[in-house]
Amino acid sequence: MAKKVLIVDDELNITISVEFLMRREGFDVSVAKDGEEGLSMIRSWMPDLVLLDVMMPKMDGFEVCRTVRADASLADVRIVMLTAKGREAEVEKGLSLGADAYIPKPFSTSELVSRVKSLLETGT
Amino acid sequence: MNEGIGHCPIDARLQHMLSEPLVITVSFLYLGLLFAIAYWADRRADSGRSVIANPTVYALSLAVYCTAWTYYGSVGRAAATGIGFLPIYLGPTLAATLWVFLLRKMVRISKSQRITSIADFVSSRYGKSHLLGGLVTIIAVVGVLPYIALQLKAISSSFSILIHYPEVMLPGSAITLPVWQDTAFYIALLLAAFTILFGTRHLDASERHEGMVAAIAFESIVKLMALTAVGLFTTFWLYDGFGDVVYHAQQAGHLKTRLIPEGSANTWFSFSLLSALAVVLLPRQFQVAVVENSGENQLRRAIWLFPLYLLLINLFVLPIALAGQLQFAGIGVDADTYVLTLPIAHQQQWLALFSYLGGLSAATGMVIVETIALSTMVCNDLVMPGLLRRWRYQAASMDISRTLLLIRRGAIFVVLMLGYSYFRLAGEAYALVAIGLISFTAVAQFAPVMIGGLYWRGGTRSGALAALSAGFLVWIYTLLLPSFAKSGWLARDFLDLGPFGITLLKPQALFGLEGLDEISHCLFWSLTFNIGAYLIVSSMRLPNADETTQATRFVDAMKHSRPIAASLWRGSAQVADLINLTARFLGEDRARESFTDYFSNERNLDDDAELPADAETVEFAETLLAGAIGSASARVMVASVVQEEPLGLDEVMDILDEASQIRAYSYELEKKSRELEAATAELKAANIKLLELDHLKDDFMSSVTHELRTPLTSIRAFSEILRDDPKIDLAERKRFLGIIVEETERLTRLVNQVLDLAKIESGHAVWTSSEVDLVEVIRHAIDTSGQLILDRGGKLHHRIAVESALVWADRDRLMQVMLNLLSNAAKFMAKEAGRVDIELRQEPALYRVMVQDNGAGIPREQQTIIFEKFRQGSTNSAHPMGTGLGLPISREIIEHFGGRLTVKSTPGKGAIFSFELPCATCGAANPSEKTGQEA
Repeated sequence: MAKKVLIVDDELNITISVEFLMRREGFDVSVAKDGEEGLSMIRSWMPDLVLLDVMMPKMDGFEVCRTVRADASLADVRIVMLTAKGREAEVEKGLSLGADAYIPKPFSTSELVSRVKSLLETGT
Repeated sequence: MNEGIGHCPIDARLQHMLSEPLVITVSFLYLGLLFAIAYWADRRADSGRSVIANPTVYALSLAVYCTAWTYYGSVGRAAATGIGFLPIYLGPTLAATLWVFLLRKMVRISKSQRITSIADFVSSRYGKSHLLGGLVTIIAVVGVLPYIALQLKAISSSFSILIHYPEVMLPGSAITLPVWQDTAFYIALLLAAFTILFGTRHLDASERHEGMVAAIAFESIVKLMALTAVGLFTTFWLYDGFGDVVYHAQQAGHLKTRLIPEGSANTWFSFSLLSALAVVLLPRQFQVAVVENSGENQLRRAIWLFPLYLLLINLFVLPIALAGQLQFAGIGVDADTYVLTLPIAHQQQWLALFSYLGGLSAATGMVIVETIALSTMVCNDLVMPGLLRRWRYQAASMDISRTLLLIRRGAIFVVLMLGYSYFRLAGEAYALVAIGLISFTAVAQFAPVMIGGLYWRGGTRSGALAALSAGFLVWIYTLLLPSFAKSGWLARDFLDLGPFGITLLKPQALFGLEGLDEISHCLFWSLTFNIGAYLIVSSMRLPNADETTQATRFVDAMKHSRPIAASLWRGSAQVADLINLTARFLGEDRARESFTDYFSNERNLDDDAELPADAETVEFAETLLAGAIGSASARVMVASVVQEEPLGLDEVMDILDEASQIRAYSYELEKKSRELEAATAELKAANIKLLELDHLKDDFMSSVTHELRTPLTSIRAFSEILRDDPKIDLAERKRFLGIIVEETERLTRLVNQVLDLAKIESGHAVWTSSEVDLVEVIRHAIDTSGQLILDRGGKLHHRIAVESALVWADRDRLMQVMLNLLSNAAKFMAKEAGRVDIELRQEPALYRVMVQDNGAGIPREQQTIIFEKFRQGSTNSAHPMGTGLGLPISREIIEHFGGRLTVKSTPGKGAIFSFELPCATCGAANPSEKTGQEA
């Protein structure tokens, strides 16, 4: 069965590109436009991996990450923070909140794909 | 020997229970106990755990005010005049409220000047004058001797009464006895010995007599308990409470006039005033209140505790007086003895004994403190000046400190013997209360020079001498001589008819003043002459150098923590000479110890006696000596070993001026330092603001980076997708390239706007201002972006109510604002049946432009945020492709031309953005005047 990847980002053009990349790798892809929607889809759709933007309306990515990590039933969900906020402090914050990876925007598409694949296959 | 005046039924078994040896033994035991307490307190003081540092002990020691005169005399006075005894306690109670200012200042001065007595205080204030100190001493001794005599009389009478228990037998006239058979004589001797033991263990009188004070405080407790015991016995044992006593007295007819005070309001006023003054000015009161004070904060408790004590000790005076009158009606027992005779009459031997002890404690307490205070004054202000004159011609023996102790002990003995003599001569002339008031009136003469000297710089030595002499002479003439006449030692003629028959000079109706009691009469005339002489003589010349120096030290005492006046001395001296001098008075060890302390603690110097002494050291030596021999003598002694160059008044005034300049200067400094503090605070605030700005800039940069990265992300992602995968079908390829172009445009717009905003904010923007027609700008904007609205399926309406609307502005910038507002409206208007309304209005002195859409509106909490950078209004639909800088830039532009850009919105009903600009042709000030930022 195809692995499920959820994209949470409020930038339409970015979701279009990332969705294209993920589908091309054969993943089952869904898109959420803000933090709240993302969180409810994580709960209902149970994705294997979430590509999570930080600066979003309603609920930011850090908050989503914190909530997911606080929920034991969602322990298997991999979280990749994907953000234009590239300062050291923010990378640290994301990782300390339990994100599995933190990829700054603009990212290299091949790197994004390989990080996602390796996380889904080996868990690292 | 004794005349039996009356007796009660005798119970034979009780006879001789209170035998003479028993009473004597108990008296000795009591005095022994006092001495033990004093010894214990002295020991504690030596080991640094002072008992008298306790404010309660201080307040109790002040109660030495209540002597045998209170203990026995109040009842006597109450029997005669009802509540006429009260002013004596009312005065001090009222005065206590002033102690915070008056007494505190006296204490502060006395500590810094090492004042040893009230004579020393007055002499020191008016330039350290021996003459003045001597005069105060003479007034005090003459004025207070009758008072001491009274205490001796009280002890001896109460002793005689007690040993006749269970008979109530009043002592006869002691004068008929030879001296060696007179109890009072032995009592005087005993008290002299006791006082010498108490009071002259150390020489330095400014060093506190801790033991004595502790013993006095104990005595205050004893006399209060004894009087209260008799009161309780009388009121609740003999009668059923206060009401019952009064009822019986009424029945017996003792009450008709008694409770209503006899005499006029004048009497009440003058008695209250007298006692208010006496409670501080009596030598013994000054001793305990000022000299023995060990900390200004003790006053705070004394202010209420001392009046409370007075209240308690007077509580039972009336019941005892009334009960005594009922008990001894018609028998002729002296009301002054009721406190003792009432228990005897009821065969309460132990209560009688206790009551006797209470009276003994009241009397001994007074005698001890009064004699110590007087002996210090006599020694320092009468004997020392004579000795100093003699030593000028003939070298003194090295052991002066021993000589001084001997003088002081001698003075104690002499004072008590004088008191006894007065008792022998005059003791029978007056009732107890009259004697006390005579003394009060004498010491009241100190009030003008004391209180005046604390607050008025103009008082001089001659003024003080004149004041005291005048007051004292009037006192002698109107009170002392008449009392002699009443005792039969002078012909009464001058009292009744006036000297040489001149009625205007009748001593107790001076200048025709009649209708006052003798005390009020004397108080009035003596204080009138006293104050008059003080003011008139003082104002006859300006204070000289010494007087000015001391006036400053006294009047400004509360202003300086250290006396400034050390600089008021010029001369040369050797430290070794000063140490040798003080050693002669204080003993080698104490002198050396004091100087070593002084040098190491106060001056941070190694002791070096070879140094020439500076003004401060000379001042220290003088103050140290003053503690032993009084300030005037200390001045003379120090002057004998230093070569003083006398300062003229001009120089003193100069130095004081300098001191006040220094004060002014330090005030300036303080002001400066406050200003500096304020400046620092401002700097801090500015710094915080800068940090905030820095933070904002940081945030701005961070936001800009974020906004730049977002389109870059899409551009890079699609570019890589297109590069890596040539097989993507054409439609998709076109779509992706479209996005890349769109994002590139967004990027360009963003870069332009960031630069634009930065320019505006930094003031580097170029404004091309001219009269601009808003109508034309709006029409042009509609032409440009109307299509955008139509493209999105919306409709555009406009309502322009004026022909033209001229404002002072930059046309292109205004256009930028209009386009921004219109594109926002197009972006946020309703998806279905979108509609945008533009309206131009003229209002008083301004034009208003409104752009309204019919979209979702802006929540209240976001209405201010949208004018901040990078804070776009959120929509539920796709992300609007704004930069988040349009509104902030628009607001900057409108405000630059003196207008305002605001938003009004009800969520769900769209938003109205409106800006106003001043009308250029409406006669208002040309707004371009304000825009100084134009580049």
